[in-house]
Amino acid sequence: MEKILQVKDLQVAFKTFGGEVQAVRGVTFDLLKGETLAIVGESGCGKSVTSQAIMGLIPSPPGKIAGGEIIFKNRDLTSLPEKEWRNVRGADISMIFQDPMTALNPTLTVGEQIIEGIIQHEKIARTQAKAKAIDMLNLVGIPVPESRMKQYPHQFSGGMRQRIMIAMALICQPEILIADEPTTALDVTIQAQILELFRDIQNRTGVSIVLITHDLGVVAQVADRIAVMYAGKIVETGTRREIFYNPQHPYTRGLLQSVPRLDREDAELIPIAGSPPDLFAPPTGCPFTARCESAMEVCSRVYPIETKLSEQHQVHCWLQDQRARKLAVPVITIS
Amino acid sequence: MTSYILKRLGAMLVTLWLIVTLTFFLMHSVPGSPFNEERTTNEAIQKNLEAYFHLDEPLYVQYGIYMKSLVTFDFGPSIKRSSDSVNAMLERGFPISFELGFITLVTAIVSGLFLGIIAALRHNGFVDYLAMTIAVLGISIPNFVLATLLIQQLAVTYEIFPAATWQSPMHMVLPTLALATGPMAIIARLTRASMLEVLTQDYIRTAKAKGLSPVKIVFKHALRNAMLPVVTVLGTLAASILTGTFVIEKIFAIPGMGRYFVESISNRDYPVIMGTTVFYSAILIIMLFLVDIAYGLLDPRIKLHKKEGR
Repeated sequence: MEKILQVKDLQVAFKTFGGEVQAVRGVTFDLLKGETLAIVGESGCGKSVTSQAIMGLIPSPPGKIAGGEIIFKNRDLTSLPEKEWRNVRGADISMIFQDPMTALNPTLTVGEQIIEGIIQHEKIARTQAKAKAIDMLNLVGIPVPESRMKQYPHQFSGGMRQRIMIAMALICQPEILIADEPTTALDVTIQAQILELFRDIQNRTGVSIVLITHDLGVVAQVADRIAVMYAGKIVETGTRREIFYNPQHPYTRGLLQSVPRLDREDAELIPIAGSPPDLFAPPTGCPFTARCESAMEVCSRVYPIETKLSEQHQVHCWLQDQRARKLAVPVITIS
Repeated sequence: MTSYILKRLGAMLVTLWLIVTLTFFLMHSVPGSPFNEERTTNEAIQKNLEAYFHLDEPLYVQYGIYMKSLVTFDFGPSIKRSSDSVNAMLERGFPISFELGFITLVTAIVSGLFLGIIAALRHNGFVDYLAMTIAVLGISIPNFVLATLLIQQLAVTYEIFPAATWQSPMHMVLPTLALATGPMAIIARLTRASMLEVLTQDYIRTAKAKGLSPVKIVFKHALRNAMLPVVTVLGTLAASILTGTFVIEKIFAIPGMGRYFVESISNRDYPVIMGTTVFYSAILIIMLFLVDIAYGLLDPRIKLHKKEGR
């Protein structure tokens, strides 16, 4: 399949009073046309920063893209001047944010907020833009869109606002939709509806979706492929099947074990002990070493090279290395 | 909306009545009378004068007479300037005071917003520090000090602007500058603070994600939300500009309402005190009312009319 977006060795750092935080430390992944790629990981692992970097929304200063490439349509977005960035944002790559309660401007009508996106990117008459916006609201399941256009965000519920955010993001028919925790602020029933909407829209428009989340339940429902991030790096990538049924990185396994299961009565919830490393001074080796039950000496010194387990499945873990297989005995045990 | 406005109008009338009543009794409880002078007046003449102005009647009767004339918008005659009525004084003085006040308010709002916005956009940069230095100076320097300084420098030393009176646009520059600097500084600081807050809001990030230009983001998305706190102080700022005109009019020898107001108090010229007080209060109350209306226009979440179905 066609690669629509290639992120190569992306590095993002933020300058703070305490020093430089290396939020993203060399992230590499491809996004295929029409697929949903989920980036999962715990808070602070750099998944949101990665998505903001793709949108060119890293606040600078204090943040900056310290290295790497983001290749979209044969162009490296990281070297794009701000003015050209604006032509990409909202038109080719769109974004949906976590909290629909605050992501819409309270003083502008919903219709205006949708229309201004089209007018910014396309040469189009206002009446036509309006008609397009109404169509889009129809598509995302807003009843009576004609009259809803004239209303303000506070007159909508949380789920409805997220639908409006989706309509706003899709109005210029972007090729990539980045959804940063799109369902986290919603309750579970609404969450299911929004995920259903994502799938529906993808079927109709063929848009590629990058889904940023920490919720493995969401991932299981919609993702085609999954990238697991930890401490600013992608530690394991694979298809949904591979990640859920054949996880190879100890962190991925830990994540899966810490999800409550309703289908197994006696299954105990196993948390991952410890906490993620300090990204002011990230470890040179595998960042998961201190929390890993099977950590070896080499783990704390050298970052694991990539091991290709299948066409789609790659993992960064020394346990997968030919030389480590027989030695795979835990040396550090966390009680 | 109409019912809201009617309700507010009623409340405004009550407020005005309270102000009138309080001022009336307070001013009459202050010792002294319009005829307390160095030279002794003939007793018969004094009696006649007091009878003419109803000053010999009990206070509640005087109050009744005054209120009666007030509802017909007749502010009565001036006691001290016997040929003058308070209405005539207002007609002469108010247009000039209003002109000064209005130009000042517009200048303060425009320049204050401008300074505040560029300071917020260049947060912690040179422009920010410069704008805030100007603002702090503007707040710290009393307008009468600034006025004399401006006259000394721009009128006396360099002779760019005329030093006093109110005739041409050139005459208006110095008094307006002196009067507008304080309110401008307050508006600038408020605008900066609320702009900085608004610019970190999620919906600003959403607007950026749409690919909008920085100009559109600032003016369409940020400014409107940042204006709310600024609008809040506009009512009281208008009041401070009004009272500020007293001093500035005196310094620049502007024939506005201010001098009547100040003179009338030391003269115990009751009708003039009452007339000017009522007039100023009315303006202030109307300003506050306009501010509330502006709220509803700026922020759709603030509903001025009754909720439907109640």
